[in-house]
Amino acid sequence: MADSYSFMQEQYTKILKTYLEEKNEIGLYQAQQFSKKVLENQISPEEVVSLHIEALEHFFPDLPQGARDSFDFLIEIMMGYGMAYREHQILRDKQKELESEINVAASMQQTFLPDEIPEMDTLDVGVISVPASKMSGDYYHFVKDDNDCIGVAIADIIGKGVPAALCMSMIKYAMDSLPEQRLQPGALLENLNRVVEQNVASNMFITMMYGSYDSRVHHFYYSGAGHEPGFYYNKAEDSFEELYAKGLVLGLNRDTQFREYHKKVEPGDFIVLLSDGVTECRTDDGFIEREEITRLIRQYSDLSAQEIVDNVFYQLEKLQGFRLRDDFSLIILRRKV
Amino acid sequence: MSVQSNVEVHSEWGIVSARQAGRNLAKELGFGGVDQARFTTAISELARNIYLYAEQGEIIIETVENSRITGVQRGLKITARDRGPGIKSIREVMEDGYTTSGGLGAGLPGVKRLMDEFDIDSVTGEGTEITAIKWLR
Ligand SMILES: Nc1ncnc2c1ncn2[C@@H]1O[C@H](COP(=O)(O)OP(=O)(O)O)[C@@H](O)[C@H]1O
Ligand SMILES: [Mg+2]
Repeated sequence: MADSYSFMQEQYTKILKTYLEEKNEIGLYQAQQFSKKVLENQISPEEVVSLHIEALEHFFPDLPQGARDSFDFLIEIMMGYGMAYREHQILRDKQKELESEINVAASMQQTFLPDEIPEMDTLDVGVISVPASKMSGDYYHFVKDDNDCIGVAIADIIGKGVPAALCMSMIKYAMDSLPEQRLQPGALLENLNRVVEQNVASNMFITMMYGSYDSRVHHFYYSGAGHEPGFYYNKAEDSFEELYAKGLVLGLNRDTQFREYHKKVEPGDFIVLLSDGVTECRTDDGFIEREEITRLIRQYSDLSAQEIVDNVFYQLEKLQGFRLRDDFSLIILRRKV
Repeated sequence: MSVQSNVEVHSEWGIVSARQAGRNLAKELGFGGVDQARFTTAISELARNIYLYAEQGEIIIETVENSRITGVQRGLKITARDRGPGIKSIREVMEDGYTTSGGLGAGLPGVKRLMDEFDIDSVTGEGTEITAIKWLR
């Protein structure tokens, strides 16, 4: 500290001298460069004033006492800036620390999500899930049993960031510990609801859509807990309909019942599950319409399920100026011919 | 021999007197302009806290010495003592950005940074004692 100060003192005196002699823009440019160096060397504002007065005394030994004294006054005024400056340095270090902690947490969170999507002869599956910031409040989950039945969950923790992510880790462990109801969406949600109600703070809510697809007979059963409706694409009619399931959000009421719905899936039909980050895409003109999403899906419907979700995400991301406001998850399950 | 200066603080005049006493000693001991200002600012913040939160107390400023291999190091120590309400959560108060004055680096964490050594003791309902030292470089 003391060393860099005396070094700075020398430099400052030199460039100030040049400037006072030549009074040109080069001198001022040097001053601007010097101001960066001052920051690099962590010289605080009150020290800069002191650099200046010491240099002045050097050039003008007969500096009037009043002018000299006025610098003590200025140093005192700069003390506030000096303190704010030192706090800023500390807060900056703290922020770096926090950021690296969050990075670790975010990569831990990634391990909660399935690391591969199920490959099946009967179903073409596409998934994309992108957090708005580093940690996500969206969750999805796949299970496949020996009978080629597949269970799929999509959940949205109301809220974002770290609190939502913590809550999501609980959901993951709760889901892992309820394997036996895998094929009964209603019963699964009822169990999960009790776990959430008991274990999660009362101001945290989770919406979920759970479905199971029996690929031996191509029946899809599903139930929902206050979750954003998905879509069902009917190939024969080339039309989309809402995939809605009535049910209260998880964690609200201990004894909530969940109705089970059913669809017979024909070749080429597909199921679209999503989080509200998809439908609540905001542009400068307001929210996008749900029709906009079905339009996009239709536009890419010749591609594979994974390519569809990737493209829809890209288009919606672009529409929002590549800044997501909410976590975004989109899943497509399409019956192969 | 150590020099000492005691100032009662129960009004803004007391804050000014404490600053004055601190500045005089700092000058005498040979602190430079910037360090004088830092030392005085620390006194100011501590005295102001006494005035604001404890209503009255005292600021003691004294010279201290520390023998090092390199010779005797001299410095100035501030003791700010009051029998006010005390500070409930010292840890919170020492966190940056906590101050009620808007977190612009002032307050107790700011004082700690202005000085070389800093120590705080406070018991709720009994009072607060803060000591801080600045060494002459
Ligand atoms: N001497 C004291 N006695 C009681 N409380 C104090 C004392 N000094 C500080 N405090 C408490 O600690 C808090 C933080 O003090 P400080 O860091 O100086 O910031 P500020 O005075 O701007 O709030 C004060 O708001 C006050 O509640
Ligand atoms: Mg204060």
